[in-house]
Amino acid sequence: MSPVFTTLDKPLNQTGGREQLSWLGRIDPRARILAALAFAITIVACDSFPVLIGGVLMALLLLVNSRLPARRTLKRMATMDSFILFILVLLPFTVPGEPMFTVMGLTASWEGLWQAVEIGLKANAVILALMALVGTMEPVTLGHALHGLKVPETLVHLLMFTVRYIDVLREEYLRLRQAMKARGFRPATSWHSYRSFGYLVGMMLVRSMERSERILGAMKCRGFTGRITLLDRHAYGARDAVFAAGIALLLVSLVIAEVSLGAV
Amino acid sequence: MHIVDGALSNPVVIGGAVLAVGGLAQGLRHLPMEKIPVAGMLSAAFFVASLIHVPIGPSSVHLVLNGLAGLVLGWAAFPALFVGLLLQAVFFGFGGLTVLGVNTVIIAGPAVLVGLALGRRIQTASLKGAAVWGAIGGALAIALTTLFVALALTLTGDEFIPAARLVFLAHIPVMAIEALLTGAAVYLAKQVKPELFDNIAGART
Repeated sequence: MSPVFTTLDKPLNQTGGREQLSWLGRIDPRARILAALAFAITIVACDSFPVLIGGVLMALLLLVNSRLPARRTLKRMATMDSFILFILVLLPFTVPGEPMFTVMGLTASWEGLWQAVEIGLKANAVILALMALVGTMEPVTLGHALHGLKVPETLVHLLMFTVRYIDVLREEYLRLRQAMKARGFRPATSWHSYRSFGYLVGMMLVRSMERSERILGAMKCRGFTGRITLLDRHAYGARDAVFAAGIALLLVSLVIAEVSLGAV
Repeated sequence: MHIVDGALSNPVVIGGAVLAVGGLAQGLRHLPMEKIPVAGMLSAAFFVASLIHVPIGPSSVHLVLNGLAGLVLGWAAFPALFVGLLLQAVFFGFGGLTVLGVNTVIIAGPAVLVGLALGRRIQTASLKGAAVWGAIGGALAIALTTLFVALALTLTGDEFIPAARLVFLAHIPVMAIEALLTGAAVYLAKQVKPELFDNIAGART
């Protein structure tokens, strides 16, 4: 069974840590988080098509450099697109403007179509960049980096505990499902089926709570005093500064393009 | 239901972010370090539960269970569900980054409201009564979630009103399923481990 968060398979180094494959993966995680945030805000604020297409290209460039498996990442994106598809399909019919064509008495407008395309471009550019910049991190590194960015300690620890136990609980879930299957359970649209799923969820909550009690006991045994020390110390180097400057340059040029195109 | 980047107007995005920060601050105040293991574990449990797909006719829907999260976690549901949404956005590409605040309010807001409104009833009710209140909470949370989605879309612009209406109608079956599941989960958990509903965020309000 593969872990939930395998966005990128990385080889282990001699001490058992994960090695980063790409140069992007070796950039300071804090710089990558801030870059993703700056990218998202810039793209969402821009409106002209050339700039948005530039943003998508920039995100694709990051994706290639992150060495994420392109097919799987794009497939995930397509899943997200299918969620929003119906809102986008409705838009041409609900935005008033120059008529494009008429179906069953409903008129689709060009303005609506452009707005739908705009949303699609923005959403995909941001999510691609986010997965390429931040999604390649180990979830624990993400926690450390957020701590480095002054996110409240409690929230960081909550995040770390959550990532630590998602895989454990998923295995627990699969074991319970297997036990149900062994007893002849087949999911269907029925009262029995929903009740069984409900019991399954309830049992998972009960087991998680009991496990957390054992964990707290074990932590206290080892001298837990209400503070967890994070060991990772990130060093912000010259390479990170170059990366930050490069991203800033690209984003500023996008903004300049947006302003000059908007002025025409 | 995730909203994506670029769909909402700036005031809605900023408003959502401000509300989310407020909710997080309030949620974290109810979480001393001692409670982090149980909150993190339950947050992971709800994350895994959201990966479960249940059949509905020829199709299937994935669970949200934010009502149940609110009943178990109280105010702590806010940071716990935020963590789940953050991980989903970063590693699965669901949702977006600038809309993370809005999405958190949409999912975690109803959870906390249901927890505050019904948490005490679940504690004191009989087994069957708790299951019924649980079912009500499960349906209510999804109803509020779709209502919040509709509100975010409507505040953005009139052109989204049909989409908002569609979201609500499409989620009526989901409400029924979440109600049944939450009711059953509460029924089992209250029998096996009633402490689960003692509201891990504590009675410090």
